[in-house]
Formats: sequence, structure tokens, C-alpha cells
Amino acid sequence: MNGALRGLVLLAALTLAACHGPQNILDPAGKQAQDIDVVWRTMLVVCGLMYLLVMAFLGSALWRARRKPSDDALPIQSRTAAEGVLDRTLTGWIGLIVTGLIVLVSVSFLVDRSLADVGPDPLRIKVTANQWWWDVEYQGQGPSERVLTANELRLPVGRPAVVELHANDVIHSFWVPNLSGKTDLIPGRVNFITLTPTRTGAFRGQCAEFCGLEHAKMAFDVQVTSPQEFEAWRRSQLARAADPTGPLEIQGKQIFNGKACAMCHRVQGTDAGAGIGPDLTHLKSRATIAAGTLPNTRGDLQAWVADPQGVKPGTTMPRVPLTASELNAVVAYLETLR
Amino acid sequence: MSERLVGDLSRLPSAGFSTHGLWFWAGMAFILIETTGFALAGASYIYLMNGADAWPLDAPPPALGWGTAMTALLLISLAPTMVLSHVARMRDLKATRFWALVVGVLNGLALVIRGFEFTSLNVRWDQDAYGSITWALMLLHTLHLVTDFIDTGLLTVFLFTHQVDTERFSDVDDDAFYWMFVVAAWAPIYLLVYWAPRWLS
Amino acid sequence: MSPVDAAPPATALDPEREARLALTWATPPGLWGWLTTVDPKEIGKRYVATGLVFFVLGGLLALLMRTQLARPESGLISPDRYNQIFSMHGTTMMFLFAVPIMEAMAVYLVPLVVGARTMAFPRLNAFSYWVYLAGGVMIYVAFLLNIAPEAGWTGYTPLSGPEYSPGKRTDIWAQMVTFTEVAALAAAASTATTILKLRAPGMTLARMPLFAWAMLVTAFMIMLAMPAVMLATSFLISDRLVGTHFFNAPEGGDNLLYQHLFWFFGHPEVYIIFLPGLGMVSEITQTFSRRTTFGYPLLVLALLAIGFLAFGLWVHHMFTTGLPHMGNSFYTAASMTIALPSGIQIFCWIATMWDGKPRFQTPLLFVVGFIITFVLGGLSGVMLASVPLDTQVHDTYFVVAHFHYVLIGGAVFPLLGGIFYWFPKVFGRMPNETAGKWSFWLIFLGFHVAFFPMHLLGLWGMPRRVYTYPSEMGWADMNLLSTAGSLVLATGVGVYLLNLAISWRRGRPAGPNPWQAGGLEWATSSPPPPHNFGYTPFVEGRQPLWTSGPHLPLMDGLSLDHREVLLTTVSDAAPDVREGSPGPTLWPLLTGLATTALFVGSIFNEWLIVWLSIPVTLCVVGWFWPKPSHTSKVGAPERTPPGALA
Repeated sequence: MNGALRGLVLLAALTLAACHGPQNILDPAGKQAQDIDVVWRTMLVVCGLMYLLVMAFLGSALWRARRKPSDDALPIQSRTAAEGVLDRTLTGWIGLIVTGLIVLVSVSFLVDRSLADVGPDPLRIKVTANQWWWDVEYQGQGPSERVLTANELRLPVGRPAVVELHANDVIHSFWVPNLSGKTDLIPGRVNFITLTPTRTGAFRGQCAEFCGLEHAKMAFDVQVTSPQEFEAWRRSQLARAADPTGPLEIQGKQIFNGKACAMCHRVQGTDAGAGIGPDLTHLKSRATIAAGTLPNTRGDLQAWVADPQGVKPGTTMPRVPLTASELNAVVAYLETLR
Repeated sequence: MSERLVGDLSRLPSAGFSTHGLWFWAGMAFILIETTGFALAGASYIYLMNGADAWPLDAPPPALGWGTAMTALLLISLAPTMVLSHVARMRDLKATRFWALVVGVLNGLALVIRGFEFTSLNVRWDQDAYGSITWALMLLHTLHLVTDFIDTGLLTVFLFTHQVDTERFSDVDDDAFYWMFVVAAWAPIYLLVYWAPRWLS
Repeated sequence: MSPVDAAPPATALDPEREARLALTWATPPGLWGWLTTVDPKEIGKRYVATGLVFFVLGGLLALLMRTQLARPESGLISPDRYNQIFSMHGTTMMFLFAVPIMEAMAVYLVPLVVGARTMAFPRLNAFSYWVYLAGGVMIYVAFLLNIAPEAGWTGYTPLSGPEYSPGKRTDIWAQMVTFTEVAALAAAASTATTILKLRAPGMTLARMPLFAWAMLVTAFMIMLAMPAVMLATSFLISDRLVGTHFFNAPEGGDNLLYQHLFWFFGHPEVYIIFLPGLGMVSEITQTFSRRTTFGYPLLVLALLAIGFLAFGLWVHHMFTTGLPHMGNSFYTAASMTIALPSGIQIFCWIATMWDGKPRFQTPLLFVVGFIITFVLGGLSGVMLASVPLDTQVHDTYFVVAHFHYVLIGGAVFPLLGGIFYWFPKVFGRMPNETAGKWSFWLIFLGFHVAFFPMHLLGLWGMPRRVYTYPSEMGWADMNLLSTAGSLVLATGVGVYLLNLAISWRRGRPAGPNPWQAGGLEWATSSPPPPHNFGYTPFVEGRQPLWTSGPHLPLMDGLSLDHREVLLTTVSDAAPDVREGSPGPTLWPLLTGLATTALFVGSIFNEWLIVWLSIPVTLCVVGWFWPKPSHTSKVGAPERTPPGALA
């Protein structure tokens, strides 16, 4: 009994204590997540109250038991004096449960309705999930306005974004807890989710439906910025990759295009045009690599290219045999993709 | 001690028919399980059909001839099955032997027709989802035809080879009941497999 | 109070007669007897023991996972092995532990609880056990050979389909499911018929013990739910083996069909697991509160309501799949409605204690632990029923916390209480009370320390089924705490099992009714003789031993020299027919082996399904080959058999 009470207090304390984080339901930074947070708080209050009532009744039963002689007593079989009280209490309890349920169903229903409301002039983004990374496409007016990126989402604050969800292989689930709930990406089906960020900041999304070997390492970054910053980013993404100028970088590009790299990856404006792996045109503008697995530093990039299977066992990216100098050159080239 | 004895059970009958015997309940349990299976398989058919742009996906509908013959045969078989149930409950050995043979032969005939049905489905199970679910429904029902054929066949043999007590008559009665279930289960499957592709294509 | 009850069992009066009956119903000695027995008590014991072995194995797998997750970016277990481990943990606990052990408790207890000599279909129970054992052994052999399932206990397509799960891993999983479903269905048919037709005279439906009610509803739920998963896994395995396209989207298949079928089974499955627990809770609460259960009719109605509602909820496992909003709202309301019967039940149990004279011995402690834990799990279930909130916490550790609260709190606590409660009946010896209390507190506290933090982890964004997590996520401390709790919990389970193992041989003799309970199972000796009851008890109330005391009325007349059971009418339990009951036979084992060969063979070649169904058929024919009828043994009845036509 006391343990349960303490647990509840502890829950409240810890819930408040850990209210911040880039991947946290309790730190809503979007309209949808805020709406859902209302449901969560209502639930916590109503259910918490119900729990306390049950525990109080249980506690009183245990307390009464201390005062009663129990051993060798004949079992009680006839109707007791207390049953009238118990009957009335039970009626009240049923009324309370029904009332509580009506409140919760109503709140849940109203919030569900509000989630279905997209809002004006949404940004349109197409996300395709793959084992184990995210292909992202911003659909603009015509192909020249199309932005291709991977494992990151940039959103302008205050503007709804409708994300069209596809899957290429197995079922995945798209989830940015700070912005909204999750929606599955299912092969053969198209789903949609609306995100309306209300606050700028860096957030994290993660696949939430078990999708095989590297399900644990299938995350993505979400940057919510001002509309101006977003527009500037969008412009820069539309540009093709700048040609490398240094000799090392030029050599890196040759190796990249000559070896296995270009068979899967695309760098717009170069010979590398495959769409099997993530688009790398502006790789270095992203916060992380390998679907949120490593920070996007030169050292981590080098470690990743040198041995992807060591970092993320089972990933579709094979280990491409490169000499130390070749590796150095390729990474130097990748570093130019800003 | 004797004043505690409130009743004597020794004069109760040693077997009973239908709900009065245990095996009836085993049959009911099996029928309940199978009904759920049929219902869910049928629901799967409708689910896939609703999700498709065209139905059948890419095949002509099954030819009607053999399936309709099957339906007719199963309906006709209900009459001797009811007679069999009646004579078994009357514990009339001669009549029970005769009608069990009739039902067994009809059951065997149904299996032969089922063989031809499979050749007239106009689709393979591995062609597409339509083919898969069509074959699934047909195989599920065929499994029941086979099971009941073996059951009826053995019971019929035993009627000629072994002593026949109330228990055996009761078995025959239960078996007749099961056959009615197999017939009843066919009706929705026939409509789904043969008519859904026509009405809804 | 002394645990040794000096009074003789209420239904065994005459030693000579007892000896004759025991000879008639005895299991042959030695290995042959072990293989051929159809005594539900023998089968029930080994069924429960096997279930506990799988419980321990599943628990060890859980400890492996907790060890891996105790630290971020731990490299102890490779992702491939980890995925197999969590798939095996879920598969073991759901298919090889929870459902079978509840069925097993029913196999042992139901005949005793309703006052019958044996179960309705004793050979079917034996067959059920052999098939279950074969399925469990097969999948653990596969695990040792590194070909264990890898797509979770839910086996979602297309991850489990031919393209993304090549090799035999998923085939073995799918057929293991078939094994356990066949076993469960066989046991359920036998249990339901026993409860409906073999109740002691006078035990009308209105007097039936709540444990029997719970098992009856469970048995019906099994028969209505299990075909769904058999269909789902059969479609899956045929997609994998013979190229069908049920779940292949490019050829018109649909991956959500799998989820619909799976959860049409999977949701009722949860209730199949904990309804028997509710039955046990009712029996324990009543016995240790020294008071008849408060609100018996309401408790029965609540069981029926839960059984009914359980089939209307499956879509709440699919709220994130993009189904239409309006339909989802219906499932929200339906799911939350379950809170009403559950709330009523909880009230009735607490009221029974409140108004009774409770003795807080180990079984009742587990009931108190059950209430504290299960109510919390039920309330987090109400939260999950809300579509918007579910889209956040679905597939996170919040859900992991929720279902462990419901399943461990709602089913395992009552089960542990129930095993402790009936242990003296089964083995005639008392389990140690001090060790029992220790085990309870370790399990109870360990459980909450292990699983409560998972609620927070889920809210903080940790998805389930991840083999590791980055250190900067801030999940490490709670995970470490959870791991520590799991070790305490495991210690508690160890103490509990050790207590049983030691008490099995060395416990104090129990006597027929050590807890002074009121049910019929306490009206015979401990352990019960092969024939369960010397005379047929005649029931005058809901707690026959409390109502009628030592002067329980009895009926005579069932054969002493032939296995004979009394059939009574379904609702009034009026004596109707004396029917024969089969003796020891090897056919259930042979049929089980042939079935095993068929299921295992089907994994490797589809044509083996055809060829290997021949031995199965032959075994079934052997099983049912005519033997001298009961009528021919005991003489033709004087009265016309009921149901016959003149």
C-alpha cells in the first residue's frame, strides 16, 4: 500500500524531472504532441485517482483484518450486516468507473478529431523507409524544386507538414515523439502523418516497429527552424554538389565514382546517380550519419566508411576494400558535400 | 455412513444419444473450432477482395459446373443423412447399416467431384492473392470432406464387423450430425468461391 | 491451526472399496505407465512441471536481455542473437508457458473441483501434452542450433515472409505455434466438456466454483481465438513454402491481413491467460478470507463479459497502421469498457477480504500483490486504449511495462498463489510458509523495481525490441535499475521453486483439507487416489464442505470394476448417464509422434504434409478402433438411453 503510494509520488517526481529531451513524449514541441499530452495528463489524473481509491479500499481491508480473530473461525456463509454497505459502495464504484470512462473516451475522441485536422498550406514531404534508413523527399513545384535528402527532416516552425509514408521492404514506424505520435510505413500502402512544430530546436525520431537486425539503429534528426532558415536550407539543398578543388578531394571523387560507392549512392551533379542508399549530395549538412548512429564528424565518417559492418552489423552497406590513402581521399571528398 | 448416502446411480443407463453422451460434445467443440476457422478464412477472402481493384485479380472466375454439381450433391445427401440419424437413434441395426452405406457412398462421390472442382478453378494458388485465398477455402473444406469420409467409412465397416451397442449407434448419430455441418459450411464457401468473382468483378 | 487435518476425507469411507476403485483406475507402474497414462492428475502434474521449465527458460532469456540493456551501447550480445532472444522470450512465455500452464492447472484441478472421476476426454489430454512437449522441444533445439525465430513473437509480415526471413527460422516458429495451438484446443475441448457434463450431482451452474467458471470461459475463448492464429501462421508458412501471396502486396496480398488475424487471436490470448488467474484469485480469496465470495453472480457475469468483449478489441493493437479514425474510436470505447467488469471483480475480491476474516498466508499475499499490480496494469491499459495516446506509447517500453503488469501481475501472481494453494492437495505435503513469504516479497518488490521504470523509459522515447541504445539518450539509469529489479525477481522465483522442490519430499503432511477450504477438491485425500472420489459427492451449496460440513451427502452406484463416469445435465447437474472412460493407452503418444513428424516434415517439404498425414490417420484409426463397449461390460441398461427413439 505505502509502496504503491510512494511509487505514484516517485512517478510524478520523475516525470517532471525528465521532461526534456530530443526524443521525449513528455516534452511536446508540436501541436499534435501537445494535444496528445492533454490526453496523457487527463489519463494520469483520472487513472491515478481510481488507483488511489482501489488502494485505499484494499488498505482498509488489510487494516480491518488486524483487529479480527481469524484462526479456526467458522467461515462466514450467510449474508452479513456489512453487505448492505458494500452493495451501495459497489453501485457508487460502478457509477464512478462509468463516469471516468465517459470522460476519458470523450477527451480521447475530441483529440483524435483535432489530430485529423491538417491546417492551411501544408509542406509536403515524402518519407520512404528502408532497412535501416530513411529516404526523404520534399515535393516542390516540379522536379527542379525537389529536395532529396536522407535520415533528416527540416521543418519550418508553425507550418504544418504532411508526411507521406512509404516502405520499400518491411513495416517500419515513423515517430518523432516531441512532435506527434507514430504512424506505420507499410509496403503496399501509403499513410500520412501531420507534424506542426510549435518550437524551434533539434529533435530525434526513431523507427518504432521492429524491422529486423538493425531496428535499434534506425533513427533520424529533425531540425525545426524559423521559416527563413528553412527556406535558406531548402535553397542550398536544391544546388548540385560543388566540384571538389583540392587534389585529395578530386582523387576521392574518382575513387567514389570508380568503386562500389556510386553503385548505391547518388551525388547530384556527378556521375553517381544510384538510389539504393541515401542521397549524399549535401551529406555534411546533416547532424548524424548512418541513420542517427554516429555524429557527423570526420573521424566517425572515416570509421563508418572503413567498416560499416563493425558499426552497424548487418547494414546493407558493404565493406568496400580501400587502402588507407584511398579511404582518406574518399572521406576528404565526402567532407566537401556540404 | 448410510444416512449420508442420498442416492443410487447404478440404475442409470450406460450410454446416451446426442447431448446425453460425451462424444457429441467433442464433436460440438470441433464444430465450434472449425466454424471459427471457416468464418475467418471467409473474412480473409472478403478482406482481400475489398482491397483489390479487380476481383479476380487476373484470371477468369472458376467454371460453375463442378462446383454447382457439388452443391447439389451435398444438398441431396442431407436427406439420407437425416434418415441415418433417425434410424441410429432407433437403434435399428439393419437400417443403420443401409443408410450408413448410402451416406458413405455419397461422401465418396463428393470427393471425386471435388477433384474435378480443383481442375476448374482457372487459377493456381501461386498466381496471386486471389488464387491463394480461393485454394485455401477449397482445401479447408476438402480437409473436412476427407475427415468425414474416413470417419463415416470406418463407422460403416464397424457396423458390419463389430458388435453394435448403444454407443456405436450414438457414434453414427454424431457422425451424421457432423456431415450436416460439413454441408452447411459449404454453402458460404460456394458463394464466395464461385459467385463473388462473378457478382463483384 | 495445525496444517495436519486429522479428519478423514469426506468422500472415502470404506478402505476395501477404495482399494478396488484404485485398482480399476490405476496407472500401470514404470515407464510403460508413464507413457500410457490417461490420468489427468498424472498428465496435469507433468504439464505444469513442463510449463514451469519453460517459465524458467523464458526468464533466463529475459535476464540475458536485461544484462545487455543494463548499459548503453553494450556489445555483449550481437543484434542477431538479441533478436532471437527476445523473439524466443515472447514465444516461450506466451505459447509455451502462460497458456499451457493455465490449461495444465485445469487438467489437474477441474475434475477434482467439479467432483468427477476423470476428465471428459482423458486420452485427448495425454495427446495434448505430448504435442505441446514436442513443439517446445523443437523450438529450443532450433534455438541451440541458431535457427530460432527472429521476427518477434508476433511474426509480422513481410519481415517474417520469404524475402526478409530466409532460412528455416520463421518456419520453425510458425509450426511451433501450430503445435501449441493443437495442444491448447485439445485441452480446451476436454476442459469445457468436463465442466459442462461431468459435474457432481447438485452442482448447478449457479453453484459452480468460480475457478470452473473461469476455465469454462477460457476454454470457449481458446476455441474461438486459436483458429485465427493457426490460419495466420498457415498462410504465412504457405507464402514461404509453396509460393502463395496472402501477404505479398505486389500480387494482391495484404500485410495488414496478417495483423488482423494475429490480433483476433492475440488479444483474446491475453484474456485466455489471465481469466484462469482470476478463477484462482477467487478461490484463494474465499478460502483465506473465511467468507463466501462477495458478489458471486457479478463475478460470473464479469467473466462472461470479459470473454465476450475480448473479441471486439483486437484493432487497438493496430492504431498506428493508418486505419480510418472513426473505426478506431469504436475500438477505444470497446477497449475501455473492459475496465467495468474488471473494476467490479476487483471490488468483489477486496470486499470479500474486507468483510471476511483474512489470514495472510502466502497464497493470499499473492492475491494482494495481484491487486496492487494488476490494477496498475489495467489502468495503463485504459491509457493505451486511447487512439491518440496509443500512437505515442505504442511499441515503446511503456507498452512493455503495461503488458508485464497485466500478465505477470494478472496471471503469474495468481498462478504462483494457486500453485502454492493446491500444492498440498497434489503432493500431500505443505510448502514452507516462511520461504513462501520470502519468495512473495522478493518477487513482488523485484517485479516493481524491474518493470515500473519501463513506463518512464517509454515516455522518454525508448522503443521496444532494440538491442541497444545510445548513451546520450538518458535511458541508462532506469535500465540499470530495471536490470537490478529483474535479478531480485529471478531470485524470488528461485526461492519459490526451491521451496516447492524441498517441500515435495520433506514438507509436513497436509491431510485432506489443510486450508479448511470449501471446495470439492478438498473432500478427498491428499494426494487424491486415482479415482479422485470414493463416492460421488452430492452438492448442496457453492462451498460444499462449508455448507454440508463433514456430513457431505454422497451417492453410490458407479462401477467399482470398470472405469465409469457420471454424466449430469448441463445446467441442473441432475444425474443422467453412466458412461465408460478409457484406460491407459499408447495411442495418444503415437498420434502425438506422428503429428510431430507431420508438422516438422512440413517445414522441409510441402509433399511431406501429404505423406506424413497417412501415419497420423492410421494412429487416429488405431486410437478409435472399437473396443468392447461400456454397455457390454456393465450390462445393457434397464432404462432407454436418453435421446433414443422408440
